[in-house]
Amino acid sequence: MTATDIPAAFPILSLLVFFPAAGAVFIVLVLKKEWQDGIRWSALAVSLATFFLSVYLVSAFDTSTAALQWVEKTAWIERFGIHYFLGVDGISLLLVVLTTLMTVICVLASWTEIQTKLKAYMALFLFSETAVLGVFLSMDLFLFYIFWEVVLIPMVFIIGIWGGRRKLYSSIKFFLFTFTGSLFMLLGILTLYFFQGRMTGQYTFDATLLFQNPVPPQIQNWIFVALFLGFAVKVPMFPLHTWLPDAHTEAPTAGSILLAAVLLKLGTYGFIRFSLPLLPNASSFFAPLMIALSLVAILYGAYVTLAQKDIKKLIAYSSVSHMGFVMLGIFVLNLEGLKGGLLQMINHGISTGALFLLVGMIYERTHRRQIEDFSGLFKPLPVYGLCFFIVLLSSMGMPTTNGFIGELLVLIGAYKAHWFYALPAVIGVLLGVAYLLWLFQRVFLGEYSFSGPNPLKDLGHREIITLVPIIVLVFWIGLYPHPFLKITDASLNRLVEVVGDNARKAALVAPSSGATFEGPAIVRQNVNQPWGGVPIHYVDE
Amino acid sequence: MLMSDLNIVFTAIMPEILVTCLALVVLVLDFFLRGRSKLILGYLAMLGLLAILPVAVISVVPEASFGGTVTADRFAAFFNVIFILAGTLALAVSTVYLKHSDALKGEYYVIILFATLGMMVMASASDLMSIYVGLELMALCFYILVALGRDTGRSMEGALKYFILGAFSSGIFLYGMSFAYGFSGSTNLADIARQAELGAFEDPFLVLAVVLIAVGFAFKVALFPFHLWAPDAYQGAPTPVAALLSVGSKAAAFAVFMRIFLVAFPEFQPQWSKLMWLLSALTMIFGSVVAISQKNIIRMLAYSSIAHAGMIVIGLLVFNRTGVSGVLYYLLVYLFMNLGAFSVVALAGKTESGGLNISDCKGLAARYPLTSLFMALFLLALAGVPPTGGFTAKFFILASAVDAGYYWLAALGVTTTAVALFFYARVIYYMYMKEPEGQPITVQTGVVGTWVLLIAAAGTLISGLYPAPFMEFATHAIEPLIR
Repeated sequence: MTATDIPAAFPILSLLVFFPAAGAVFIVLVLKKEWQDGIRWSALAVSLATFFLSVYLVSAFDTSTAALQWVEKTAWIERFGIHYFLGVDGISLLLVVLTTLMTVICVLASWTEIQTKLKAYMALFLFSETAVLGVFLSMDLFLFYIFWEVVLIPMVFIIGIWGGRRKLYSSIKFFLFTFTGSLFMLLGILTLYFFQGRMTGQYTFDATLLFQNPVPPQIQNWIFVALFLGFAVKVPMFPLHTWLPDAHTEAPTAGSILLAAVLLKLGTYGFIRFSLPLLPNASSFFAPLMIALSLVAILYGAYVTLAQKDIKKLIAYSSVSHMGFVMLGIFVLNLEGLKGGLLQMINHGISTGALFLLVGMIYERTHRRQIEDFSGLFKPLPVYGLCFFIVLLSSMGMPTTNGFIGELLVLIGAYKAHWFYALPAVIGVLLGVAYLLWLFQRVFLGEYSFSGPNPLKDLGHREIITLVPIIVLVFWIGLYPHPFLKITDASLNRLVEVVGDNARKAALVAPSSGATFEGPAIVRQNVNQPWGGVPIHYVDE
Repeated sequence: MLMSDLNIVFTAIMPEILVTCLALVVLVLDFFLRGRSKLILGYLAMLGLLAILPVAVISVVPEASFGGTVTADRFAAFFNVIFILAGTLALAVSTVYLKHSDALKGEYYVIILFATLGMMVMASASDLMSIYVGLELMALCFYILVALGRDTGRSMEGALKYFILGAFSSGIFLYGMSFAYGFSGSTNLADIARQAELGAFEDPFLVLAVVLIAVGFAFKVALFPFHLWAPDAYQGAPTPVAALLSVGSKAAAFAVFMRIFLVAFPEFQPQWSKLMWLLSALTMIFGSVVAISQKNIIRMLAYSSIAHAGMIVIGLLVFNRTGVSGVLYYLLVYLFMNLGAFSVVALAGKTESGGLNISDCKGLAARYPLTSLFMALFLLALAGVPPTGGFTAKFFILASAVDAGYYWLAALGVTTTAVALFFYARVIYYMYMKEPEGQPITVQTGVVGTWVLLIAAAGTLISGLYPAPFMEFATHAIEPLIR
């Protein structure tokens, strides 16, 4: 991927990454904490500006090439071959826009909910945005790791200070889980660095250079496990998912939105961006295990969701199930699966973010979020009910909504790999329909009874504004996904190529002690490539 | 022997001479000042020491001088920088810490200066005798300093434990040195190296020497199981002294150990590496785990110091260039983050009943936002969270371990780091997310205190965001020891 990287005339990616942080510093240092309106509007302005910048990137993005665009690369720690290396391609661009959009929505969602320490709150969200954008845009493993860890810190404070009843427990659990996983990921990165350096004589953390020289398969397996620990905690994959229900439930509304919509994507992004191309043999070696874990997550997550009584926890567990879908799409190791997985990442961000947003709205009004507290809400809150229903449809994958496109692609990919993989996935979809519709029925339909002090008010203007982009995207991606898929096309095709090439290269590098490339059955299906590359097909859209 | 053979070059010991003069000046002035005006001595000592910093940087005499007992090479200069910075910051914090104390004695400042002197002698010593002289100078000064704490019961206990165990360990160290002398006929490290090269790997006396010296070192650095003095000594000592002890004395011990083992006994590396592996692993586990159960912040920081020392030893035992320069880099960054953390504790006014407890930190962020922010930064740095220097230091060490193939040790280091995050994060949680309870503590920083925190924070952040110059400094400094 290096030869054709397009350097940036103006460090636009750095601007994108650090502008929120600069805004946060401005808010903390310059604004007075009594001027709450000023703080809110400033935060909104900063996040909107970042959003428009990311939209500009989408409009100016060249979809015909898989090369990194707007590349910035300067030496940082020469001794270790570490560079400050930012670049964007089809895989990260959509995630970047998702992040910036969700941050705007988070700021809007917190408008009236947060009354204490508003400066710190807004600043933390903006710092968080910087860190997440840094993760998505870094192409140097060291820089990636730094941003990856920095993402934790604002969220720890957000959950711990403005969270619910068990905020401290949830926050520290989140912190410890993710930090531990990330540390093992660091060891994996270091191992990769040294082996690759010894192999090629060039010690570097530059991902694009590392893509070109994969290490032998045996080493890859170890590194894969190490990276797996780091990424899997963030996804979260079963069985490392136990931090998620607590963190999502106890976080404030915007915190939950950010966690679900954005932070969960970091793990799957890591798998697509790094695990697959850097460790292709290991990826196919572990693919059956990964698929198994994904299927377990889909089914177990959905099953547990059915039993939930707290709406937020229900949505949290549904996230486990949805991310299982994404992981399934990734590890069937074919183009449809990858496309579906990547698109599902965006879809899940939109729909689950919206679900948390909607729950936040009802919570702000009633301070309750147990299902049994609500009944027949559709009567007093028709607009809210409608929006909720649309988002539910998106989450369960109803055709004409975004969820359908993503799920369909994943199912195609899974079925292509092996028919058996698609079966639990479909059951998972059915369970999804079950718990979502059942939720809707219990909360919105039936006799209206709510024993609260004030009559419930329907959605206000601000709330509608937060929901409009979501509903627009739900139907846009659902009915006309082409522009979105087009962005990811070139890069995913290239990824598939690179994975195949690297698998062959690494197998050749393997010591002649008889270690041959033994991919699992799903990869050996490919006819013309005896080493077991990844089949390349184009799906007509 | 001709004078020229001895190579008497006073430039080599110029920093030490200046520190001695400064200490003597402060000592004499002490006679003429009474009561509160003794604070001037503190400022004088602090600024004087800072003024000696540039001298330390440029006084590099690469060849052995003074008959081979002093080698003021880049390695020594690097450590002198650490010692002077540590001494200056400790003195600065002392001026705030001792403001309201009846322990406002002039000798306090003099002894800190002499302790710094002892460390500087240790760093440039290339002969077993001068190493011992520096070691004892530093140790004796610290025994006294630890006893000067405000809570006399605890101080005495800490000082006594430190003294007794320290005296024994110095004795063991000396015993080991005597075997090395007996083996080689000289106390000069270069001579010992030459003799060791000629053969006699299995010479029992040499093996004894190595083991005994390693034990002496392990005590000074507070590795498991020779760490028992550390928590009590740190808790009993005046907090700035604990800070200096945890940073300066550790760095000095590492300097000596590196000089002895890299210059005199490099061929023994496989053997002492195994020993160090065990010590390092046990220390990291022990330090991280026991710190969780601590209620007193200084004891917690003491155990954290122990755990950090365990990690630094990894850099030594892997015996590659990255590792040893990683040790130096880690010590430099450790200076900033550890001094920062101890300074915050020192500036928080609680002195009775054992000092600051973790529960006293509850709700601190509401009343002292800036101080809490600094403390959070230092704690995150100690935990090894990017983008602080603490992370880059751990990265350097872990990289050296992975490079040398010590995967299990690296995994252990990583696991203990994850475990340790809990107790570092706990303080942050208490500061920001809990309501204050009990007697509220007051934090008085003043101008000097704020400067100390700023310098420590700057060091921590810069080494995290732009570590290249620091790393180059460390790698440059280790050159003389690697043939």
